[in-house]
Amino acid sequence: MAKNDDVKVLGAWPSPFVMRARIALNLKSIDYEFLEETIGSKSQLLLQSNPVHKKVPVLIHGDKPICESLIIVQYIDEVWTSAPSILPSDPYDRAIQRFWAAYVDDKLFASMRQIKSLEGEEKKAMVEQATEGIVLLEEAFEKCSKGKPFFGGDRIGYLDIAFGSILGWLRATEKMGEVKLLDEAKTPRLVKWAGRFCADGAVKDCMPETDKLIELAKVLMAKMKGAPPKQ
Amino acid sequence: MVDEVVLLDLWASMFGMRVRIALAEKGVKYEYMEDDWRNKSDLLLKMNPLHKKVPVLIHNGKPVCESLIIVQYIDEVWKDKSPLLPSDPYQRAQARFWADFVDNKVYGVSRRVWATKGEEQEAAKQEFFEIFKILEGELGDKPYFGGETFGFVDIALVTFYSWFYVYETFGKFSIEAECPTIIAWAKRCMQKESVAKTLPDQKKVLESLLSS
Repeated sequence: MAKNDDVKVLGAWPSPFVMRARIALNLKSIDYEFLEETIGSKSQLLLQSNPVHKKVPVLIHGDKPICESLIIVQYIDEVWTSAPSILPSDPYDRAIQRFWAAYVDDKLFASMRQIKSLEGEEKKAMVEQATEGIVLLEEAFEKCSKGKPFFGGDRIGYLDIAFGSILGWLRATEKMGEVKLLDEAKTPRLVKWAGRFCADGAVKDCMPETDKLIELAKVLMAKMKGAPPKQ
Repeated sequence: MVDEVVLLDLWASMFGMRVRIALAEKGVKYEYMEDDWRNKSDLLLKMNPLHKKVPVLIHNGKPVCESLIIVQYIDEVWKDKSPLLPSDPYQRAQARFWADFVDNKVYGVSRRVWATKGEEQEAAKQEFFEIFKILEGELGDKPYFGGETFGFVDIALVTFYSWFYVYETFGKFSIEAECPTIIAWAKRCMQKESVAKTLPDQKKVLESLLSS
């Protein structure tokens, strides 16, 4: 397979899912063209490349579209086999990383996003749910990292990418909701890991600024509130 | 060291069935342990503390959870026989995409078809056929979703076939009438020993649901 076939990423700057594809390509030192979707509309190219879900990210390699962020990350790891490896080589370690990445996607991110629009008891319950999950990830970090700086060991790996990509929104949620999700007291290892992740060369150019995410969230929330009732 | 493989499961779980099919395809000997959904075992709570759900594969004492993750694990450990995922990275990405589609779309809508009534049920029935029509489109005229050979997506979806009689009875519709290609594909899968021996009889599943 030709090494640097035309590689494009269809994405949007605030999306943690899009970030995952970009981090993976950066780790493998693959040049790509970033095609930014306008927030609020979907381009022809997007609708053609992802007719089933109509969502970013889409990786377009040559003329082949690949969809779903974690599937894209695995694809990148399998096509560009040079170091570093994104998934570990041991099947059990792979299963553990896939398990926690699925947890981030199916439960943690969703509950985290709701926090900023909730109040009172509902908010408290959601915050508890999210922090319980993060405490479990602290335990997973101990097991996966085996004393090294990342879930993946010496370098960023699959679970680092899956969980680290939501750090921008995590910090935005903490500020907007005036809550603490990544707590020095409860999850000290993850607090340090988060700093290392965000500073990594493969990550820092595509991690959105917390304040920009907050601005965007406010705009979107205002739009939803001000939207006229459907006729 | 002899491999010790244990599967914690529920006989009617379409997720557990996926794992049983994968183990059968690979010829892996294992101990089957039926859990009790009304009274979850200590072993289940210990092996899957986060979700507390079956299936859980326990390989030499170490638990693996989430059915599609387990199937990939099985494919990677017992890699010398009957590959379940394609070897080409693009084909693998496609297989993962469609298996993920089944997980995210088929289970939810199927549940609503039998567990709801009135308008909600009508909406679920419509969505059910939309989703299955998309799957029919993806299958096309291939014998299996994987092409010539039975594979990952087939395993992800065929287990729902054992629940078709439940959906048809509660939804008062015929799946064959709307999606004949899917039924033909399911019957083709049932010709495989691993599938035929795993999937429970459709009427048995309905009976068990009605009596629970």
